[in-house]
Amino acid sequence: MSRISKDQVKHVAHLARLAFSEEETEKFTTNLDAIIGFAEQLNELDTENVPPTSHVLDMKNIMREDVPTKGLPREEVLKNAPDHQDGMVRVPSILE
Amino acid sequence: MSLFDHKLKDLHELLHKKEVSVSDLVNESYKRIEEVEGKVQAFITLDEEHARAKAKQLDEKLGSSEEKGLLFGMPIGIKDNIVTKNLRTTCASKILENFDPIYDATVMNKLNDAETITIGKLNMDEFAMGGSTETSYFHKTYNPWNLETVPGGSSGGSAAAVAAGEVPFSLGSDTGGSIRQPAAYCGVVGLKPTYGRVSRFGLVAFASSLDQIGPITRNVEDNAYLLQAISGLDPHDSTSANIAVPNFAQSLTGDVKGLKIAVPKEYLGEGVKESVRNSVLEALKVLEKLGATWEEVSLPHSKYGVAAYYLLASSEASSNLARFDGIRYGYRAKDADNLIDLYKKTRSEGFGDEVKRRIMLGTFALSSGYYDAYYKKAQQTRTLIKKDFEDVFEKYDVIIGPTAPTPAFKIGELIDDPLTMYANDILTIPVNLAGLPGISVPCGFDNGLPLGLQIIGKHFDEATIYRVAHTFEQATDFHKQKPQL
Repeated sequence: MSRISKDQVKHVAHLARLAFSEEETEKFTTNLDAIIGFAEQLNELDTENVPPTSHVLDMKNIMREDVPTKGLPREEVLKNAPDHQDGMVRVPSILE
Repeated sequence: MSLFDHKLKDLHELLHKKEVSVSDLVNESYKRIEEVEGKVQAFITLDEEHARAKAKQLDEKLGSSEEKGLLFGMPIGIKDNIVTKNLRTTCASKILENFDPIYDATVMNKLNDAETITIGKLNMDEFAMGGSTETSYFHKTYNPWNLETVPGGSSGGSAAAVAAGEVPFSLGSDTGGSIRQPAAYCGVVGLKPTYGRVSRFGLVAFASSLDQIGPITRNVEDNAYLLQAISGLDPHDSTSANIAVPNFAQSLTGDVKGLKIAVPKEYLGEGVKESVRNSVLEALKVLEKLGATWEEVSLPHSKYGVAAYYLLASSEASSNLARFDGIRYGYRAKDADNLIDLYKKTRSEGFGDEVKRRIMLGTFALSSGYYDAYYKKAQQTRTLIKKDFEDVFEKYDVIIGPTAPTPAFKIGELIDDPLTMYANDILTIPVNLAGLPGISVPCGFDNGLPLGLQIIGKHFDEATIYRVAHTFEQATDFHKQKPQL
């Protein structure tokens, strides 16, 4: 039984802001299904009452003084922007 | 004989005595690149004009009486996911093909302060996702020991360039084995530091809780010096550790008497090639003769490492790579109808298949309804794997096993089989999940292909790893062999 459907792949692709052709959707469905199937071996483990580890070192809330510093020069910030005009980044219209 | 057959300390001495100039060192790099780069293809970008100009500047300084650090004038190659100011940084991806960073990574600031010379940027798997350097958008890199095999990955360019003698030192990054595995495949020394030892500021993020930058060199001593130069707390990386950096070179005493070695049975079991297993057993005999003792132990959750890793690393990657939207930097697709369409076209055209596969897996594992079953389960597994190591380190000083289950595989052999490719990281991944330091040093050959011995240490105990690795290296001559190109 497959764990992942093509519709799910299309939904996840939309969440990830990726677009796939029909053929690619097929391929990624097969790939993801195999990988998720492999990952399900973790179900063999009893993890009841096991706390999750998101970070290996025992540190949290690293604070620093809030000292204002200079921002980056505008030319630097725009240096790698693919499209810009009058000191601003240009994007396609977002309002109808 | 190449100048780079000298170790760092000797090169420094030659500079000091003015028997060699900085320009000579830089020439040596570009001359060798001219000779062999057509075969190896380790670099994405060379920075020759700038490197030669800097060499001239440093040669002028060479005459002054001012004290020069050990790394002064030394040529180095940098993995192309470490940002270098005004030097193109691509992550081997189309989406960053023309990205020209406006700042230097912390490790680059440290190297610039030490006055090293960047020869160029090294090839890798796209966004460091892969174990063979085959997923690079630009080209493949070829193993100097056998051009039909992969150099490993993701830091394949970093390991191949050092093995081929194009640069004496390089930096790589290791998320699931990406320094150690290519170091093993290319017969060089590669160390993944303890998580937090080296600042990640300016390392293009793949999986933030696992990534570490580390050195790749021809011998252990050079590796220790290079790690020394790049380590330390960084205000720009709040996950860098506020822990003193010891003098690593001082730990190279050549003495392993009384050292207690643990050898996990899972690291010599099923799936590990016999030649690999034998090379590790031989290495243990060498260390035993020098006064160390070893015992078999178990890391019972090892086999779950790969599955936990791919869920966690891909989840973190799906979040980290959301920044590539075609707006502020990087590739932007043409002819988009609206903003969402622009994101989708840009990302679909800009990322390769392996990157898309991981973004999809990560987005799925984090999506509503699946988070507990996959992401949280993997985090809990991570706790169990970390605990396995803690238990062993209560009684032992280091853990030893192979770096990879086999020598380098053929180009094209695994690229269409993601799961088998992933399984190849089984011996390196648990180390990242637990945040431990680990090194790969040359320990043998199989049909002319190098094999690597992995030495894993306690958190922030790179000094002991280096001591063991160095002692082993001095007692053997695997590291002295060079590929014929």
